[in-house]
Amino acid sequence: MIPARVLLAAFVLFIAAAPFILPEFQVALLNYTALATIVSLGLVLLTGVAGVMSFGQQVFAGIAAYTTALITTKYGGSPWLALVIGLALVALVALFLGAITLRLSGHYLPISTIAWGIAIYFMFGNLELFGKYTGVPDVPRLAGPTVTYYVIWSVTLALLVASANLLDSRTGRAIRALRFRGVMAESFGVDVLRLKTVVFLYAALFAGLSGWLYAHYLRFVSPSAFNVNAGIDYLFMAVIGGASYVWGALIGASILTLLKEYLKGMVPSALGATGNYEIVVFGVLMMLLLQRASSGLAPLLARWAIRPRRRHIALDAPALARREQPVMGAPLLEVRHAAKRFGGLVALRALSFEMRAAEILGLIGPNGAGKSTMFNLITGVLPADDGEIVFQGSRIDGRAPSAIARRGIARTFQHVNLVGTMSVLENVAIGAYLRGGRGTLHAMLRAERKEEAQLLAEAARQVERVGLAAQLHEAAGSLPLGQQRLVEIARALSADPTLLLLDEPAAGLRYAEKQALAALLRRLRSEGMSLLLVEHDMEFVMGLVDRLVVLDFGEKLAEGLPAAVQTNPAVLEAYLGGVE
Amino acid sequence: MTADIVLWLAQDGVTNGAIYALLALALLLVFSVTRVIFVPQGEFISYAALSLSLLQAGQVPGVVYVLIGGGFLAALFEAGVALRDKALGRLPLVFLGYIVVPCAMAALAWWAAPRKLDLGWQVLIVLGLIVPLGPIVYRVAYQPLAKASILVLFIASMAVHYVLQGLGLVFFGGEGLRSTAFSDASFRLGVLQMSAQSLLVVLASVVVMAALWLFFGRSIYGKALRATAINRVGARLVGIRTGLAGGLSLLLAAFIGALSGILISPITTIYYDTGFLIGLKGFVGAILGGMASYPLAVVGALVLGLLEAYASFWSSAFKETIVFAIIIPPLVWLSLRSRPLEEDEEEAE
Repeated sequence: MIPARVLLAAFVLFIAAAPFILPEFQVALLNYTALATIVSLGLVLLTGVAGVMSFGQQVFAGIAAYTTALITTKYGGSPWLALVIGLALVALVALFLGAITLRLSGHYLPISTIAWGIAIYFMFGNLELFGKYTGVPDVPRLAGPTVTYYVIWSVTLALLVASANLLDSRTGRAIRALRFRGVMAESFGVDVLRLKTVVFLYAALFAGLSGWLYAHYLRFVSPSAFNVNAGIDYLFMAVIGGASYVWGALIGASILTLLKEYLKGMVPSALGATGNYEIVVFGVLMMLLLQRASSGLAPLLARWAIRPRRRHIALDAPALARREQPVMGAPLLEVRHAAKRFGGLVALRALSFEMRAAEILGLIGPNGAGKSTMFNLITGVLPADDGEIVFQGSRIDGRAPSAIARRGIARTFQHVNLVGTMSVLENVAIGAYLRGGRGTLHAMLRAERKEEAQLLAEAARQVERVGLAAQLHEAAGSLPLGQQRLVEIARALSADPTLLLLDEPAAGLRYAEKQALAALLRRLRSEGMSLLLVEHDMEFVMGLVDRLVVLDFGEKLAEGLPAAVQTNPAVLEAYLGGVE
Repeated sequence: MTADIVLWLAQDGVTNGAIYALLALALLLVFSVTRVIFVPQGEFISYAALSLSLLQAGQVPGVVYVLIGGGFLAALFEAGVALRDKALGRLPLVFLGYIVVPCAMAALAWWAAPRKLDLGWQVLIVLGLIVPLGPIVYRVAYQPLAKASILVLFIASMAVHYVLQGLGLVFFGGEGLRSTAFSDASFRLGVLQMSAQSLLVVLASVVVMAALWLFFGRSIYGKALRATAINRVGARLVGIRTGLAGGLSLLLAAFIGALSGILISPITTIYYDTGFLIGLKGFVGAILGGMASYPLAVVGALVLGLLEAYASFWSSAFKETIVFAIIIPPLVWLSLRSRPLEEDEEEAE
C-alpha cells in the first residue's frame, strides 16, 4: 500500500523532470495528454459525478481555440485578452445549451450534444473568416516550448487538485447526490437545476481553457481537432479512467493518448493502409470495460496502491448557529383541504389537520391511505392539486422543495434515500447544506475549511446522537436497512429543523433500537422540535405521540388522543374489518 | 425562387424525408423496447449502400467478414451462457442462427458477385448480409448490458459505432461509391418533373410503414415488442424474453437501415462514414417529434427533409449546420414544458 501523497509527489516529480529526460516527441505526447486531461476532468465532474452526459465538449474547446486564434492573428490582440473573451463566449454558449437541455431527462442531452457538435463542426469548416477546412495558421505561442509545457501541466495539476477539493466539500457532496438522489438533495435545500448548470458551466470552461492552451501550443487551429469523434474520445477517456474519480481523467487521457499514438503507427503497417483504425480498438476497449469493469480503471488502481485516508473531525469546532424554535403550543402547520390525484387514482381527498409547536403528531392508516403523499405535498416534492398548506403563518404549497427546506422543514424518506458510496458522515452532512454558505470557488481553493469543519462536526454529533458513532466512516450503502434509516434521521437532524417529518423511522429496527429511537424523539420534542410521524408499529406510535390523525383512502377517519383513537369504531373497522 | 424550383426542392425534400422517417421509426422502436439510443444505425446504411455498389461492380463486399466474425462472436457468447446454464440443447439452434446463416449468406454473396445478377437479387443479397447483423450486434454488445442505465447503453452505442465505422473503413476503404439508379424513367406531373427513383423511395417507405403498422397491430411478435416497450418487467413475467425482444427490435432496425441505404445509394455518393450523419438525421427527426410518438416522428422527419432541401438551395455550405441546429427549438419547447424534478429513477450502481 502506497499513500496517495507519495504517489502524487512521484508523479509531479516525473512531470517536472520530463522535459530534461524524455525526447521531444514524448514531451509533446505529455502535452497532448495534459490538454485531454483538462477536458475529460470536466466530464468526470459532469458525467461521472453529476450524471449529466455530454459528447460535445470539443465544441467549447473549439470556441475558445478559434477565438484566440482569430484575435491574435487577425486583430493582433493579446492572448490573455483572447482567453477572457473566449471563456466568456464559452460560458454564454454553455448557459444557453444548459438552459434548454438540463431540465430534460437523461438521453436528450447526449443526443443534442452530438447534434450541435456536428452543427458547429460544419460551421467552423465553412466560414471564410475561420479559414474554412484549412483553419487558422500562425497562432503566436505563449512562450518557449519548455515553459509552455510547464504552463500546460501546472494548469492541469491545479485543476485536478481544485476538482478533488470541490468534490470533498459542502457543494461537492450536493453534486455527488445529483445523479441518483436529486429529490433528496432538493429536500435539503439544494437547487438541483442551478447546481447542474454550475457543473455544466465548469466542464465547459475547463474544455475552453484546454482549447485556448491547445491553440497556442500547436500554433494552428483547424476544424478537424473539434469534430464529433474528439467529443466521443473525451467521454471515453473519462469512462476508461473511471468517470467518478478525479484522477480517472488523468489515467484515461494518458491511456487513450498513448494508445492512439501507438496504434497510429502499428495498425496501418499491419493492414497496409492508412486511416483512423484506432477507433476500432477504442470501441472494443470500451465494450470490454462496460461489460467487465464499468467503474473504470481508477478504482482498480486505487485498490492496489492507495491507502484510504480517514477524515479528521474537529469536534471542538465552534457549533453552527441554530434556528430559533417557536414557543411551545404555538400554531405551526395547518393543512387545509389538501387534495392529490394520480390520473384516476385519488390519493388524498380534501384532507385537513393542524399541528402545534413541540408536538409529536402521528399520521397512521393502512397502506395506500395517502400518508407518504401527504409528506410529499408538505415538502413540495409533489404539487398539491387543491388546498392550502400553511407553515408558521405563510403558505408553502406550490413552493420548491429547497425553499420549503429553508423554512425549517426536514424529512426522512420511506425508501431510504442515501448516497450509497458516500460515508455515513458525508451523507449526514448533506442535511446541514443550508447551514453553510461557501460555494464552488471557495471549495476549489480550500477557503472554506473553517465552515467545513463546523459542518462535519455537526454531522458527527448527529450521527453519534442516533447511535451510529462506530459506523461514522463506513459507506452508507453497506449498513443494514435499519441503520440506514437512522442515518436518514441524523441527516434530517443536522438540518436543525423546526418541523421534522419521519416516514416509517422504526421499520427494520430491533426492539432495543426502537426504545432508543423513541427516547431520542422525546428528547427532541423537549428541545422544542415538532415531529410528524408516519409509522406502522402501533406499540411504538401509541407510546410516543401526543395526538393521532388516522387516514383511510385519502380521507381523515379520526383524530385525537391515542387512547381515544384506539377505541374509535371507524378506526377499528378500517384496520380489522367490520364487526359482524 | 420560381415555382418549379420550389416544387423540385419539395420533391427532393420529401424523398430524403421519407428515408429519415423510416430511420426515425426504427430508432424510436429500438429506444422504446431496449432503451438503447441506437447510434450505429448509420453504419447499417453505409454498409448496405456500399455493398450494393460493390455487388453491381461484380465485387464481394467486405461486410461478409464482419458478418461471419460477428456471428462467431455472438455464438461464443451464447455458447458460454449455455454451458453455464448446463443447457446444451440450445447449442444446435445457436450454431444454426449465428454461424450457419451468416456463412450461408456470405457464400451466396461470393457466388453471386461475379455473376452480376439482376438488381432485385442483389438487393435481396444485401438485405441478407446486413439484416442478421442487427441481432448479432444486440447479442454481443447490448444484451450483456441489458440491466444498465440509459446512459451506459448510450456509451455502449458510441463504442459499437466506433467499431462498425472503423471496420467499414477497413473493408470498404475511404472511397465513396454510388450505385446505378433503379430506373431512369421520369414522369411529368403538371409542372413537376418527377423521377421514378424518388417515387420508388417514397413508395417503399410507405409500404414499410404500413407493414410495421400491421406487424405491431396484428402479429404476436409485434405485440410482444409493444408489451416490452410499455413495461419491461411485466413483459418478462408473462414470458417475453428481454433478449428476444431486443434482438427482434435490432433485426427490424437493421432491416430498415439496410433498406434506407439501398434506397439512398443511387441518389447520393456514400462513404463509409456517411451513414452516421444520415442516421443522426433520423434522430433529429425523432426529437422534432418529441421522441415519443411514431406519427409525430414521421412528420418531424419529413419537415427535416424539406428543411434540408431548402437549406441546401439557400446556402449549401451551411446545410448541415442548419439541419443539426434545428434541434434547438424543440428542445426549448420541451424544456419549457418539463417539471424540473421529473427525474428518471435511474438505478444506483
